[in-house]
Amino acid sequence: MNEVLLSVMLPLCGAVLVAVTGRNANLRDAMTVVTSLVTFAVVASIAPQVMDGARPSAEVLQVLPGVSLAFRIEPLGMLFGLVASSLWIVTSIYAFGYMRGHHEANQTRFFVCFAIAISAALGIAFSANLFTLFLFYEAMTFSTYPLVTHHGTPEAKRAGRVYLGILVTTSVAFLLFAVLWTYSLVGHLEFRSGGILSGHIEGTALAILLGLFAFGLGKAALMPFHRWLPAAMVAPTPVSALLHAVAVVKAGVFSMVKILVYVFGIDFLHDSGASVWLMYLAAASILIASVRAIAMENLKARLAYSTISQLSYITLGAALATSSAVLGAGMHIAMHAVGKITLFFCAGAIYVAAHKSEISQLDGLGRRMPITFAAFFLGSLSIIGVPPTGGAWSKWYLALGAAEGHQLVFVFVLMLSSLLSIAYLMPIVVRGFFRPSPEGEEGGMQEASLAMVVPLSITAVGSVALFLFAPQLRELLLPVVGG
Amino acid sequence: MTFLSNVAGLWNYWAVITLMMIGLYIMISRGNLVKKLMGMNIFQVSVIMLYVSMGKVAGGTPPILIEGAEDVAYSNPLPHVLMLTAIVVGVATTAVGLALVVRVKEAYGTVEEDEVVAIDQATDREEAAAARAAEAAHGEGA
Amino acid sequence: MSEHFPALQVLLPVLTAPLCLLLRHPTLVRVLSLAVTVGCLGISLALMEQAREVGTVVYEFGNWPRPLGIEYAVDTTNAFVLVIVSMIAAVVLPIGCRNSQVPEGREYLFYSAFLLCFGGLLGVAITGDVFNIFVFLEISSLATYILIAMGRDRRAIMAAYSYLIVGTIGATFLLIGIGLLYQMTGTLNIADLAVRLEDVKETRTVIVAFAFAMVGISIKLAVLPLHHWLPNAYTHAPPVVSAFLSATATKVAYYLMLRFIYTILGAGFVFDVLQFDVILTPLSLAAMFIGSLAAIYQTDFKRLLAYSSIAQIGYMTLGLSLNSELGAAAGIVHLFNHALMKGGLFLVAGCVLLRVGSTAIVDMRGLGSRMPLTASALVIAGLGMIGVPGTVGFVSKWALVSAALDQQAWQITVLILLSSLLALVYVWRLIEVMYLTEAPEGAERREAPPLYLIPTWILVLASVYFGFNTESTLGVARAAAHQLLGGAG
Repeated sequence: MNEVLLSVMLPLCGAVLVAVTGRNANLRDAMTVVTSLVTFAVVASIAPQVMDGARPSAEVLQVLPGVSLAFRIEPLGMLFGLVASSLWIVTSIYAFGYMRGHHEANQTRFFVCFAIAISAALGIAFSANLFTLFLFYEAMTFSTYPLVTHHGTPEAKRAGRVYLGILVTTSVAFLLFAVLWTYSLVGHLEFRSGGILSGHIEGTALAILLGLFAFGLGKAALMPFHRWLPAAMVAPTPVSALLHAVAVVKAGVFSMVKILVYVFGIDFLHDSGASVWLMYLAAASILIASVRAIAMENLKARLAYSTISQLSYITLGAALATSSAVLGAGMHIAMHAVGKITLFFCAGAIYVAAHKSEISQLDGLGRRMPITFAAFFLGSLSIIGVPPTGGAWSKWYLALGAAEGHQLVFVFVLMLSSLLSIAYLMPIVVRGFFRPSPEGEEGGMQEASLAMVVPLSITAVGSVALFLFAPQLRELLLPVVGG
Repeated sequence: MTFLSNVAGLWNYWAVITLMMIGLYIMISRGNLVKKLMGMNIFQVSVIMLYVSMGKVAGGTPPILIEGAEDVAYSNPLPHVLMLTAIVVGVATTAVGLALVVRVKEAYGTVEEDEVVAIDQATDREEAAAARAAEAAHGEGA
Repeated sequence: MSEHFPALQVLLPVLTAPLCLLLRHPTLVRVLSLAVTVGCLGISLALMEQAREVGTVVYEFGNWPRPLGIEYAVDTTNAFVLVIVSMIAAVVLPIGCRNSQVPEGREYLFYSAFLLCFGGLLGVAITGDVFNIFVFLEISSLATYILIAMGRDRRAIMAAYSYLIVGTIGATFLLIGIGLLYQMTGTLNIADLAVRLEDVKETRTVIVAFAFAMVGISIKLAVLPLHHWLPNAYTHAPPVVSAFLSATATKVAYYLMLRFIYTILGAGFVFDVLQFDVILTPLSLAAMFIGSLAAIYQTDFKRLLAYSSIAQIGYMTLGLSLNSELGAAAGIVHLFNHALMKGGLFLVAGCVLLRVGSTAIVDMRGLGSRMPLTASALVIAGLGMIGVPGTVGFVSKWALVSAALDQQAWQITVLILLSSLLALVYVWRLIEVMYLTEAPEGAERREAPPLYLIPTWILVLASVYFGFNTESTLGVARAAAHQLLGGAG
């Protein structure tokens, strides 16, 4: 069997195995781990070929004339595939700790849907055309819905409605419209280097089509379609990790970059100037979300707004449509994923070990949970973009790209947003380590279980390691911008 | 003149239309289910007349072949034949309709439409109330 | 043998119906009628094959040549309709008349009525003679009234009665239209009518004939302002009957509309001269929105499905009103796709009715754990209604939006997409009730029997399969539309 297909099918098989072995919790969790490891191994084994310039592909079937269910791995998708499949391993280990530590119900359903969502993420990553991308994009929305509403409370139900309402509405009203429009213009939906739209559309229509795509990708949480992300905070923390780091939002911004690069083509976008409004919108998203984040008292809500702001970095990078900016956008997918997953893991660990969810309750907690707070610190550094963490590189390339495109205002936006992210992340660390503990809560070490601490340490170290591996990432992504 | 020829020359159509409207009016305005069926019959009969009258050829004889005679204008027999079928269909429809009316009488004790509708609406309201009560009970439980 | 397939297609069920009355033995009758429906499915597939090869399969009864005799003419379009009707019949019939008022030992009456209805629908679709259309339409309608009246609730009788009155008006209107056409041309043969109408098209008589025929067909099709019979009929009929009717009866009426517009009168006359689309487009759009909005506010699952059918019929007539090959193809392919989804959903309603005893939405609480297979069938078919990619609903939506974009009809495109979001609301209401609310106390966990589940899942799985394999649906629909509009045959 083709390894491309294999990598998409494996998590699905995993979902079936998990469902079948649901009665035995240990066996079931073992299935998840084994599947995630095998999936990562398969995805990783494809990476060297892609680095060498090969483009492994597989066509499953022709659905409509000029529209087929097909996969083709190019560097950007490779990167997203690697991020999703590797973080799946740590997230599942973390989820075991969290779900068991919290005695959650319906764990089998949880892990089944989780595996399906990962399969959808890989499908999006490896898609060869807009149809395949749309198919898996919708599959991901529907498979993550049971995760968001996991608790089944009226609050979860409301969150689920917002989640589904915004994501499906945008994808049907805008994205599907854009896909069909593209199809009627071009006659096919293939992703090709240099784009497919050049010469088929121009002027206002081009800007409208871009808008349909940009707002249609509701998962990219571009304002004003970001409300679902804070609403989905009611879900268990591993779900938040999945939403924010591993799959969902990354699927959104990844699709954004992929569509801007392979459907519009960066040269076409850059020359036509159709994406200028998108740059300003993304910049506004960055700043507004950052300011909102500062005002959030709930730790997870603050991280949610931070995500909205960070996602718009990637949208901004793609909209700038210069080589370095797109490179930076691609790298930021990986950097932000690793950084933000660390922060969410920490938030979950704090919740499970100390039952705290508000920032004001964190005083002195760092001394009792030093590993967690140290990891939080490293993750924060990566989000802020300080060396020696991975986030530094992606911000550097984004800023460079803005300068290349003679859009100096966005260099300023990036700097301002870094300052804002210091303002919303650092106080948490400072409270944890330097504020005195409230009365009666002194005491020794009080870390969460090993199944939670180990994954968050791994990702924290990972965000530092990515600083060192940045050249490799750059080399992987260079063909995307034709370098 | 035009007016006169419209009325007089097309008198068969006027008759058809009048019958048709009477039938339709009975179907719409009467609340008695049996009367509605009668209206439906009148309505169907008007169409039968429409067909039969269109089969008439001016100066034509009944469509029975006259041996050896030439230059005979025969009326068109086909519409009559078609209407044989339509009559059968009409009878069958009436039969089914009357059978349903019998069932309605058994189930509701009346054949007046407004009374049946009132009973049905009461049932609908009860069901809706039960549904709301169940929902409210559930809301408290959650 | 195979040259007699067009005749057998109709004769088989119509002749088996009285046979069932004579046999009376429950098992024997069941096996016999099942064999007949399966046989008809085989014949219709063979006819489709023949029609794809030769264009139009013509069968002259008693070898009387057109226009003297009655002929059956099968082209790709009606072969497709024949396949839909017989496929659904073969899938749903095994469930039989459970959950209805039919007393034990008299099931044979149900099977005779079903076979008559089935044969009548096939007859409407296959015949090449307009008067024959009327006769078969009435055969199927009369059987339909009987089938609807078999519902468990006494309201079913009243629903059947109302449908009888309205349906008869519709059929009689069609008869008037046919009569006026005959008056102008002296022929009843469809192909012959098309030729002879050329000279007399723009006379007032033909225009009136068209109006009568369209109103008559629209009543049968439940186009928006003429839809009032449908919700009651579908809600109170036995689930198998609702599944069968929703998947076939309106489809056959839609086929009639296609036949009258494209073959008999010609698209040029209907759309350019009469500007029929000026009426049909707003009505279709209104049906899409009003039907879906009404569905959102229903408290009964089957009634919700009935209103959703009205919306879906709007999609079909919208495809027609776009007056293009792509539009007609979108309408035709939606016949098939909607038959699968809505048939599956009504069978789900049957499962629910069997085990829960009601189809009120509040009684479906916690169905996800009480009847997991039934609930998941509802989810998959529901996703199809929303038009999620990978289901037949997406194929329909794709075809329809492509057709609208092809005509540069931007507003219509936007409205189609927006209205499909309403389906999300009413489907999701059900999903929330089934999965996110606790089952009422004392509710037993009991899955529907395989007899119900297998037909349900056949339709549901087919709705996924044909979401990917579109060659045998959209491909055929495009060929059919091409033939229909190209004037070939």
